[in-house]
Amino acid sequence: MPELKYLLFLGCAIPYRVASYEISARKIAEKLGIELVEMPDYNCCGLPLDPASHDVMLTLAARDLCIAEQQGLNIMTLCPGCAGTLRKVNKMLKEDKHERERVNGYLKEVGMEFKGTIEVKHLMQVLAEDVGLEKIKETIQKPLTNLSVAEHNGCHVVRPQKHIGFDDPENPKILKSLIEVTGAKCLDYLDETECCGAPIIGVNDKIPLSLARDKLTHMKAVNAQAVITVCPFCHMMFDTNQSRIERMFNETYGMPVLHYPQLLGLAMGFTPEELALKELRVDASKVVSLI
Amino acid sequence: MSEKKATLKISDIDMKFKNEVKKIPGGERIMMCFQCGTCTADCPIARFSDSYRPRKILRMAQLGLKDKVLSSDQLWLCAACYTCVDHCPQDVEISSVIRALRNIAVREGYMPTVFKELAGAILETGLAYKIPELRLKRRQEAGLPALPKANVESVSKLFNQTGFSKLVQKGGNSNART
Repeated sequence: MPELKYLLFLGCAIPYRVASYEISARKIAEKLGIELVEMPDYNCCGLPLDPASHDVMLTLAARDLCIAEQQGLNIMTLCPGCAGTLRKVNKMLKEDKHERERVNGYLKEVGMEFKGTIEVKHLMQVLAEDVGLEKIKETIQKPLTNLSVAEHNGCHVVRPQKHIGFDDPENPKILKSLIEVTGAKCLDYLDETECCGAPIIGVNDKIPLSLARDKLTHMKAVNAQAVITVCPFCHMMFDTNQSRIERMFNETYGMPVLHYPQLLGLAMGFTPEELALKELRVDASKVVSLI
Repeated sequence: MSEKKATLKISDIDMKFKNEVKKIPGGERIMMCFQCGTCTADCPIARFSDSYRPRKILRMAQLGLKDKVLSSDQLWLCAACYTCVDHCPQDVEISSVIRALRNIAVREGYMPTVFKELAGAILETGLAYKIPELRLKRRQEAGLPALPKANVESVSKLFNQTGFSKLVQKGGNSNART
């Protein structure tokens, strides 16, 4: 097994709005023997500015990669957007000499140089590839056998396939298997692989809220008792915005939205308090009562 | 979508526009699009919008309708879920072509205000959002490590080096809310 030691890249959205994801992720990491090192003076991965300037995105991402190279550690992120961006830029700069030289030209100004010595993984990849299902299984103390949930993958963990190369975007199985190892049942539902719409909130709200509503409706139709996410933005879309969607469409969902580490943490025997379940906008006590 | 016939004026066409798009990473294969419409059929945003059609944006860009494409609010509706990238039979990175078009739009002065806000926050704090004091205090109470101090000087240098600082100063004349 590889050494389970990573530089934790927190990104922006998690410290800004979704502390419950970080709190629960640190809990399960500790239980699984994953050592997380705080990343010094990191900046935004650059993804939010890619639409405005591809070059500024490249240099912001490259600077983060250089920090990890200086630390001599691989990066683990909790946000699929950060993972997708850093993975894509890391791969591109390793393979494309011309782009590497161009970006290194910018980085020279800040005393850095991209060398291509580290890897970047999302939490899900670390769990599936480096820790492994067997080891996770050994930590389960309270199997969640009474629970049936729906998964929502987060686009940038799997797409685009040619740049990411993790799981099958058309038929994703890894989050399902990570859910099933907790003892919970993972249900199939219509348009399961579809985006939640979150990235265009701020430019247009009606479309993403309609999209998220569609997904919630499909999850409810198969009697999911909760939704499991691995992305801070998807989480905000389903949890923070759920009451807004309910008002907009005059419907009621009452669908708890848990971060995957919260689900796994419950199965490991952590208390709802330790996993910051009270920070969720949609009440998750129904889920807790089924454990 | 309305099927009204529109007349294209030859004077509206910029024949070199496609070359401009091809120069930006991700935009290289724009001319390989043969208008099959897979991107639009599989686009989750298009399903809920009566005007956002990635196929149409690609066609307009191929034709050289530069001003129409760059000033269009629709350009900002792609959620970058990359479904179209995975599905395109011609291996056109549709959402990357749209991103390339957005980059050109920003150069031409069309920048939705949200990007100006994000850029401002990154320049000031290193992160895309200014994290309120209350959040930082709650981190401490929850036993989370303090956030590292960002190197805003380096970020600012990178903004200048890439020419992005100038774009931010110039941009923001389009609110692009649809």
